[in-house]
Amino acid sequence: MKISINQRKRYTQNIAFWIFRLLSFMVVAILFIILCFLIYNGIKVISWDFLTQMPEDGMTKGGIYPAIIGTLCLIAGSMVFAFPVGVLSAIYMNEYASDGWIKKLLNQMTSNLAGIPSIVFGLFGMALFVNKFGFGDSILAGSLTLGLMVLPVIIRTTEEALKAVNDTFRHASLALGSSKWQTTRRVVLPMAFPNIITGVILSIGRVSGETAPILFTVAAYFLPRLPHGIFDQVMALPYHLYVIITSGTNIEESRPIAYGTALVLITIVLIMNLIANAFRRYFGKKVKMN
Amino acid sequence: MHKIETKEINLHYGNFHALKGINLVAKENTVTALIGPSGCGKSTYLRLFNRMNDLIDNVEISGQVLVDGEDIYGRKVQVDDLRKKVGMVFQKPNPFPKSIYENVAYGLRVNGINDKKFIEERVVSSLEQAALWEEVKDKLNKSAFELSGGQQQRLCIARALAVQPSVLLMDEPASALDPLSTSKIEELIHTLKKDYTIIIVTHNMQQAGRVSDYTAFFYMGTLVEFNETKIIFTNPKNIQTQNYITGRFG
Amino acid sequence: MRISALVTSITIIMIVFFLFREGVGIFKSPSVEKGYVIAVNKSNAVETLNSTQLKNIYDQEITNWKTLGGKSQEITVFRVEDITNYYSEEELGANMEYLPAKISEVLAKTPGMIAFFPSTYLVKNFKGKVLPLKNISVANFLGGTEWFPTAQPSAQFGAWPLILGTLYVSLIAILLALPLGLATAVYLAEIADKRTRNFLKPVIELLAGIPSVVYGFFGLVVIVPILKNTFHLDSGQSGLAGGILLAIMALPTIITVSEDALHNTPNAMREASLAMGASKWQTICRIVVPYSSSGITAAAILGIGRAMGETMAVLMVTGNAAVVPHSIFEPLRTIPATIAAELGEAPQGGLHYQALFTLGCILFIMTVSANLMAGYISKKKRLA
Repeated sequence: MKISINQRKRYTQNIAFWIFRLLSFMVVAILFIILCFLIYNGIKVISWDFLTQMPEDGMTKGGIYPAIIGTLCLIAGSMVFAFPVGVLSAIYMNEYASDGWIKKLLNQMTSNLAGIPSIVFGLFGMALFVNKFGFGDSILAGSLTLGLMVLPVIIRTTEEALKAVNDTFRHASLALGSSKWQTTRRVVLPMAFPNIITGVILSIGRVSGETAPILFTVAAYFLPRLPHGIFDQVMALPYHLYVIITSGTNIEESRPIAYGTALVLITIVLIMNLIANAFRRYFGKKVKMN
Repeated sequence: MHKIETKEINLHYGNFHALKGINLVAKENTVTALIGPSGCGKSTYLRLFNRMNDLIDNVEISGQVLVDGEDIYGRKVQVDDLRKKVGMVFQKPNPFPKSIYENVAYGLRVNGINDKKFIEERVVSSLEQAALWEEVKDKLNKSAFELSGGQQQRLCIARALAVQPSVLLMDEPASALDPLSTSKIEELIHTLKKDYTIIIVTHNMQQAGRVSDYTAFFYMGTLVEFNETKIIFTNPKNIQTQNYITGRFG
Repeated sequence: MRISALVTSITIIMIVFFLFREGVGIFKSPSVEKGYVIAVNKSNAVETLNSTQLKNIYDQEITNWKTLGGKSQEITVFRVEDITNYYSEEELGANMEYLPAKISEVLAKTPGMIAFFPSTYLVKNFKGKVLPLKNISVANFLGGTEWFPTAQPSAQFGAWPLILGTLYVSLIAILLALPLGLATAVYLAEIADKRTRNFLKPVIELLAGIPSVVYGFFGLVVIVPILKNTFHLDSGQSGLAGGILLAIMALPTIITVSEDALHNTPNAMREASLAMGASKWQTICRIVVPYSSSGITAAAILGIGRAMGETMAVLMVTGNAAVVPHSIFEPLRTIPATIAAELGEAPQGGLHYQALFTLGCILFIMTVSANLMAGYISKKKRLA
């Protein structure tokens, strides 16, 4: 039987679409496998003690408390730096700078910064903050390095958020005689705020997972105590995970701890992503309605 | 049998009632112009005939659209076949990012024709029919984007003709063109009438008067008046039609 | 506010400044660590040596001065600890106080000797000839095939295996990720309905959010053993393992960027194609994908850029052997992994330290040029 050209077209299309569907769901499968694997192996280890105890016995027993605290310190430190700088930078680029080569340059620089590998940030942080400024391996040096790294994320999301605010609001406010800064502060920023927060949440996820930039700027191999100040070293979750699977005192025995640490780490990242998504969905609609 | 006929067509975009009970017939080898103010449903109506509305979500259609007496929304109809029979030219020239030659050959190739000689003959004849051959015969392998806007639109017409449709739908084909290119397109419509049934949507009243045999006036989703063009333009029965044609609104 | 806006630019300038200041330093010094000297007998005709020659001498691959342009004479290799072969402990003194003088003496006595010792042992009336050493050259650094920064007497800084390793893994990654990523992008942009898309998009974002150590961990305990068993390797830690992992990590970039590119295809093109009786699939293949090809190329290049800079995951699964890779099943080592693994042990300001910064410069140049290229390619199309 001769197949008509139309049937052939249809068959090809159906087969092709199924293949594409399959491939797309392979991407989903990859994520699922990784998540299930970590949850399955890690859930047994997670307990209140695991989260609140110091590591013991060459990191083969005990908890990961100092690493969790260390990561929280780094999140806080990097945000204290990156949030104001990033938001102000975005405001300047979006509200103040006129379309010219300066804006183009700033834009280009921002995307370049986003493309620089994290290990290069690590090198830079070590050369500048640790050695040149003499901060030593410290929360300060690590936070600044991480802060610089996520700066483009915050700038970009803030810019998007500001762009989403309809110009009519700006004009209305300006027409009432308020200054540009007043308009930005009282009208534009409040409307853009939810989306800006989305960017912050996303960068928190990023900061908590990065290893390469903190290798030489803050991370301690083993330090079973809480930090005393911003010039102190800390342990951090990602580096701790790296240490106990590659260079711990007893790699085999610390495996369960590794699964637990990975699960904690990925949970933080997942939660941050989910919150950001929910934020975007909820407030994104609101902004659009305006 | 009429070439094209619609019976009690209703179309909804979600909650919006875009076409309200349209009945209309078009005879073979005539030009029918669809006129009316923006948003009156004329473009939506045009897109019924090659089922381009299928591409939009949330569309519901009832009634019958007959081409050569066959309901094109019937179960057995294959959209690809229909679209070969009913060609379309769009508002803005939209040549593919390919060479001039490949643009015209595209319709043949996607329909499984590989015979080189056949394709070449068809490309040449289509370009001749679209009155473009003389201008492009030396640069068939150049990108279609190198042509002027008017030439691009005629290329799009040639592209539509290459699959040998019997109906040609034109959605404001000259609205993006300069006056000279517009008059070329209008001349072309005149000559094409011999071989094709043409339905054209236009904003331009004079254009409707110049090129069409029949005119349908749409307003807010209804077909207000349909008649021979000269009657519509000289002696409209409906007051709305009269107002529109004399430029009082729209 | 203006200052905030400038922070990104200043950061980049400072990164460039610091990276290159430390990195260029290496080309101003010889490969022998500061504080050490290489000396030969006065009668030796050889004027200078470079790092490879030094290494070959001490590895006894070069055994005659003739090879190096001197007289035909056996080379005798001398390190400080070899002194006991020539003198007794009494002769050297209880606290080795006569050691410097004896080094000078033995060098003067043995015509074919080459000695490597700390410069503090250099006596005033030294009877040997201190060889001036050649600085490490850019060509040597980039083209050298041996990376052995702690070698004595002469460290070997051949970045070629590392550069090659980086490119190699990224290439494997992109070959694996591009088909999958492109298919997903096409599916998302052209085929999937809204609900599927709303499900897939967050999944892809999550994939991008997983920290690279976690990927590395997963690779180490899952992918590496699988590779080992499937292909019967001595160790599953290989370029392939790194490539697979990087492919997964590069997927989100490739998907997002090429999906954007596909979306940029004007609807008029799609409609025109469909109106000619082309199927949706034909429209995708013949119109949409070719139209977005530059955007897709940009996506691939960006993906490569990401893969090249990735550190932790690669460090954990590629086996880190600094050799020029011959097959995908062999271990290899990338630039970022080298920096991460060695910077901790490199004394600040030393040769090794500088060399790692030089690697950082190379990596910086590679990734920035990938980014600029991607930007240029996608911009070029927008104008057309």
